[in-house]
Amino acid sequence: MNTAVVAGRFHNGGTAVKVSAGIVLFVAAMALAVPLLSPHDYFSVNLDQRFQPPTLQGARLFGTDDLGRDLFVRTFSGTRVTLLVAIVASFVSLVFGVAYGAIAGYAGGKIDAVMMRMVDALYALPFMFLVILLMVAFERNFLLIFVAIGAINWLDMARIVRGQTLSLKQREFVDAARLIGVPPLVVVFRHVVPNLLGVVAVYVTLTIPQAILVESFLSFLGLGVQEPRTSLGALVNDGVVQMERAPWLLLIPATLLASILLSFNFLGDGLRDALDPRRRQR
Amino acid sequence: MLRFALLRILSAIPTLLLVIVLAFLMVHAAPGGPFDDERVLPPENARNIAAAYHLDESLPRQFGRYLSGLIRGDLGPSYHYRDHSVAELIGAALPLSLRLGLLSITLALLVGIAAGVFAAVNNNTATDRLVTGLAMIGISIPVFVVAPLLVLVFAVQLGWLPASWSGGDAGWRLLLPVVALALPQIAYVTRLTRTGMIDALSSDFVRTARAQGLGLLSIVRFHALKPALLPVVSYLGPAIAAVVTGAVIVETIFGIPGLGQLFVRGALNRDYTLVLGIVVFCAAVIILLNLLVDLLYGFLDPRIRQP
Repeated sequence: MNTAVVAGRFHNGGTAVKVSAGIVLFVAAMALAVPLLSPHDYFSVNLDQRFQPPTLQGARLFGTDDLGRDLFVRTFSGTRVTLLVAIVASFVSLVFGVAYGAIAGYAGGKIDAVMMRMVDALYALPFMFLVILLMVAFERNFLLIFVAIGAINWLDMARIVRGQTLSLKQREFVDAARLIGVPPLVVVFRHVVPNLLGVVAVYVTLTIPQAILVESFLSFLGLGVQEPRTSLGALVNDGVVQMERAPWLLLIPATLLASILLSFNFLGDGLRDALDPRRRQR
Repeated sequence: MLRFALLRILSAIPTLLLVIVLAFLMVHAAPGGPFDDERVLPPENARNIAAAYHLDESLPRQFGRYLSGLIRGDLGPSYHYRDHSVAELIGAALPLSLRLGLLSITLALLVGIAAGVFAAVNNNTATDRLVTGLAMIGISIPVFVVAPLLVLVFAVQLGWLPASWSGGDAGWRLLLPVVALALPQIAYVTRLTRTGMIDALSSDFVRTARAQGLGLLSIVRFHALKPALLPVVSYLGPAIAAVVTGAVIVETIFGIPGLGQLFVRGALNRDYTLVLGIVVFCAAVIILLNLLVDLLYGFLDPRIRQP
């Protein structure tokens, strides 16, 4: 489908989608700017300023935590980590899922059947348990978070890409490439995959909130990022410990995390509807 | 049907084996053994401990030993709780987790199907949009955010319900955990039921029923509900996996001494046999339930029985 058509439909989409796009952009900008511009940093301990409630006067907009660290900066530097992990992890799952799905779809026949049966089998795995096991066994290695999240999310991508490839490979330009003797793998990656990118981009928008969920889940259990670095999941976890004494430590990061997830989901749904107008009528 | 069932059962076995191999390799590739953080032992004692737990054998032999134990229902001894076997620990924690999970799934199905049908019948009205919006919120907000917020509001601020497992009335203390665990599943079931019901209501057989003069309620009940619920049935598999995973969080937050809490404590204690045992056990449960859901689906929908 033509990109302009999709963009037009997206533009005509509901207010919820536009507001979501605005929230995502705003939060991303804050995550970039706040840690750079604030007079405080996310790790300095100030024992004489513990548990300051949020205030509009002065520089403690979100108050301070149990060690007197500024929650405003911590929240947005945590958001930065969360978003970064989610984007990189989604990229990992994208690369793997697209390659797998495109090869299975293009090859067809027995190869396709075996490859997709494997995906079906992997769907039944309790991945979250294996990821927790991985994080425990390997000492919370930061790189492993990406691998772990990517390993969970590539399955959906592989299925979608395979479906698209099945219909794309009937098209004339693929036949033409094959006829002039282009090797199969080159056909897949030079001719099929570039034509999939529109659909893939939409599904990445839906993969990002899933990746955020996994990262926050791990950080919540204390298996994600390590102190004094933080992420939204880790902040929620800190907030739970202090919630009777300082409820804002839970409420602020929890609200931000929830609104980011909600915005990405609305955005992804809106984009998907723009791609597939039949869904919107439902 | 028999052929379909046999094929599904046969394909569940390699999946389970794959989990066991992956989990086993991960645990054994982990740097640092379970007895490393205790005081430094004289070499012969360390060797004795390694021999007692068969850690001095080669990896394939250890795996063979583990697998043959598994077949007999023996998950090995716990490294941390020295007097207990892993199977005993799981058996003690299981009933509570089972109750929590079953109640959550039941609640999710009851509320989700009702809300989904309600939204579908009122398609494209303000009520429909309200239900869909709430469902989107339910899907987006993770369990580990919902659970503490519920505690903060209903236990800490209002004081209506007990905040943790140790306090309060036995019947009421499961309420918040069950609701926290069920909320995202309610949202998913609502969305699936709504879409399924809208599709069913716009199909030809419903038009025929309507032409015969049947009321909306009996159309929904006797004609549209069964096809509308097929997507919900196929979602039960992932729902079970989500509830089992979510229980890790909910049990930790509410201090419920179930499987999830046992798992997290085992992970933090580096009690590898316990962690491995729980992973294998939960995987087996999830795979088995998925298998049952698939068979149920094949029973309900003859179209997918052809392999």
